[in-house]
Amino acid sequence: MRDGRHGTTGGAGRRPTRWTRGRRLAALRVAALRLAALGAVAIGGAGAAGGCRRAGAEGAAGGGGAVTLAGSTSLQPLAERWAERYAAVPVTVQAGGSTAGIRAARDGTADVGMSSRPLAADERAGLREHTVAIDGIAVVVHPRNPVRALTRAQLRDVFAGRVRSWRLVGGPDWPVIVVTREDGSGTRATFEELVMGELPIAGDALVTGFSGGLRRMVADDPRAIGYMTISQLLPGARHPVRAVAIDGVHPAEGSIASGAYPLHRPLLFLTGARTSAATAAFLQWVGSPAGQAVVRAERLVPVPTTTSAGAVAPGAASPAAGRAAAPAAASTAR
Amino acid sequence: MRDRIAESALRVAALSAVGVLALIALFIVGEGAPVLAARGPGAFLASATWAPTRGEYGLLAMLAGSAVVTLGALALAVPLGIACAVTLAELAPPTARAVLKPLVELLAGIPSVVYGFLGMALVVPVIRTQLGGPGPSALAASVVLAVMVLPTLVSVAVDAIEAVPRSYRDGARALGATEWQSIAGVVLPAARSGLAAAVILGIGRAVGETMAVIMVAGNAAQLPDSPLAPVRTLTANVALEMAYATGEHAQALFATAIVLFVLVLALNAVAGLVRRPARARRRRGAAPAAPSTAAEPA
Repeated sequence: MRDGRHGTTGGAGRRPTRWTRGRRLAALRVAALRLAALGAVAIGGAGAAGGCRRAGAEGAAGGGGAVTLAGSTSLQPLAERWAERYAAVPVTVQAGGSTAGIRAARDGTADVGMSSRPLAADERAGLREHTVAIDGIAVVVHPRNPVRALTRAQLRDVFAGRVRSWRLVGGPDWPVIVVTREDGSGTRATFEELVMGELPIAGDALVTGFSGGLRRMVADDPRAIGYMTISQLLPGARHPVRAVAIDGVHPAEGSIASGAYPLHRPLLFLTGARTSAATAAFLQWVGSPAGQAVVRAERLVPVPTTTSAGAVAPGAASPAAGRAAAPAAASTAR
Repeated sequence: MRDRIAESALRVAALSAVGVLALIALFIVGEGAPVLAARGPGAFLASATWAPTRGEYGLLAMLAGSAVVTLGALALAVPLGIACAVTLAELAPPTARAVLKPLVELLAGIPSVVYGFLGMALVVPVIRTQLGGPGPSALAASVVLAVMVLPTLVSVAVDAIEAVPRSYRDGARALGATEWQSIAGVVLPAARSGLAAAVILGIGRAVGETMAVIMVAGNAAQLPDSPLAPVRTLTANVALEMAYATGEHAQALFATAIVLFVLVLALNAVAGLVRRPARARRRRGAAPAAPSTAAEPA
């Protein structure tokens, strides 16, 4: 990269040449910076777990002076509201994804791990599950789309790319534009589990990395269909989307809490073998009417406070009890 | 003494920049190489199926996506950029030039998320309503990238054209060439290696762009069958899925980054090589045609 020698022997047009070289180096540097930025994103992704670890270590060492939460980005806004309202001890929230949250709870690197998906069998060992809220997954279309209801079988065929026209599910003769979340997203994982079964989502489906982006794509295109958390439905928004009824049931607080609406998932707090007094008190409060009022304010579905109090009390909650406490548990899902 | 301190301080600064590059390369290769080794680079690059949840990692669709989007952007940006550079370097009066060139370069300073948002709000709906398809598409990404590539293309091309010695133009005019004949027949051919470098640096910028592309390309990991089909680029693949990826999935994303890294480094190296002959010719202080005219009498 150091080719200064060239400049000293220049003949005609030497000055512009040198200037040109400066530009070229600048361009190279820009290219290098872009790569560096890419690397930083990658390192940032890996570093999120590292950040939790440090904060968690302090929390654990403090012996109940503070509570650290880590994990699901879907749970993060709700957890932050709880952290703001909870006055007894400071509560810190780190995002990083459900898988990172499960790991953090098992390693004890955070006091509480957050997961927006049910745990796999091999992930459950040594963890207590507390259902702190229930999220409904709304299937959304453009307000101009006349289709108001789909069965789960129709929904699966639409997302698998078998149904290519809205006419086949009672709509106009428009092509179907499927919008989905990226691989690895908890919302997508839940949707695939509850709707798709073994079928893959169509390869030509549009993919977006954010529920906001998905909302926008559906709000912009009358032919589009997507899925997202009910907390992002935002009924009064400038670019509205409409949730369709699934198997005849509309997503609403009542239908999700009762399990009648089929697409829902428990939002879980996970604790490891040892739980500090401060953590136990925080979990107790989260399950109390005051804590569950925050859930409703975040447009999610609260869990019954009596049941959750049992599930939240440290020691009382076995993994099985934690799951059974949620109407969202596997029993109603399939 | 002070010179020596300053010199070694500068050397450390220079080395740290290179060191960061080396660290990034080491990190990406360290994270991504295991999955490349386990699957075999051939299978990784040649398979068109990307389904991380089923453990299938094939980059072909993303390689095609990056290629289609980049070629589309160049098809739009190169004619526009070269025309713009000729105007700025040869035709515009100095005052207009003094205003226009910084303005074009200002385009490079606009954050890419702004380009992406404009693409979502303006380009995608026009494609959806006028041309058909879902809207977010290879074409939408190409249009947005074309605008983003312009400042790189124009400023390097302007420099290349200005580096052509005055005497070439004077010679052409003295032989009776019109201004257009002089530009098209003498100046542009003489600047061609610099122009090629401009195009290659433009390719590098287009291949590396992430945010704006994610917002308008649709990101379907499939081989595109039309310019109106959604595509996923290599950069979009990494950025979309990195947030939640773990285990082999994360390694496969780092392997994607290795491919991207090698691609962009190679493009920059080629841009450097392409430029060298022009500089070497001018260093000899002779017209490029000199050797052939010398050979003619023999």
